[in-house]
Amino acid sequence: MSLLAAATLALFVAIVLLLIRLFSGPTLYDRVLAVNSIGTKIVVVLALVGFLMDRPDFADVALLYALINFVATIAILKFFRYRSFQISLVKPEGEKKRGAQ
Amino acid sequence: MADPAHIASSDIELSVVLIDIGVLSMMGVTAIAIARLRSLFALVMLSGVYSLLSATWFVIVDAVDVGFTEAAVGAGISTALLLGAMLLTVRTAKEDKPWKRLAPGLVCVVTGAVLLYATIDLPGFGDPDSPANAYLAQEYLQRNYPDIGIPNVVTSILASYRGFDTFGETGVVFIAGVAVALLLGFGERSLSATLMNKKRGKK
Repeated sequence: MSLLAAATLALFVAIVLLLIRLFSGPTLYDRVLAVNSIGTKIVVVLALVGFLMDRPDFADVALLYALINFVATIAILKFFRYRSFQISLVKPEGEKKRGAQ
Repeated sequence: MADPAHIASSDIELSVVLIDIGVLSMMGVTAIAIARLRSLFALVMLSGVYSLLSATWFVIVDAVDVGFTEAAVGAGISTALLLGAMLLTVRTAKEDKPWKRLAPGLVCVVTGAVLLYATIDLPGFGDPDSPANAYLAQEYLQRNYPDIGIPNVVTSILASYRGFDTFGETGVVFIAGVAVALLLGFGERSLSATLMNKKRGKK
């Protein structure tokens, strides 16, 4: 078995483990973490596919997926902290902490 | 760093086949899990993962622009929108009677069978003699650069050959977005804030 096939298999084993955590995951945070890590693995898969198909421009797409993944995770976590997307994460000076119930 | 030219092509083919099988089977498993789970939060997370996997699949079959849209809209925006919608309802779906799932399941199986039957007639992936590649596409590939001067053919078709169409589409999407924003509202007077205040008032 070649190096590339071994790398592919290792990635998929990692994603399957994360999928199991996502399906069963007792708490919300297990699931958020699983989704975030699956996104990271997908970025590596895309880089691997770009390498295999001799299309280095796939790395740009992979970077973009990483950015979207990061923003989505922040949005989900903010939602669970404040139960709303409308409260700003940066508090203006002198304002009291709100929404953190 | 290894150069792709130095790796045997059979190894590359094996890895590509492995990736194909892996991504598609994980999409299948995720879809089955979406159908079975009852916790709405897990469903939202799973639909995000499903979108991410299908975006990867689009990139693998060389539809990078579609994959990019799927990743931004499916995995990004719609996950956030579904979480916002979850705020307005309960956290777990009701348990259905098993016989109630029979009719939708039957419709899905029949539709899937018809679609599978239809794929028999499709030309092979990347077939140069297929109708889509044989006539008009050749014309565009030859005339695109002298006509417009943009190296990317898809961009030149979207932004120039059918520029008015794209402009109209953008207008429609913008109007739809403004309409949804007006319906849901902002800040203190938004739908979610109103509902939350009502809930608190009752208690």
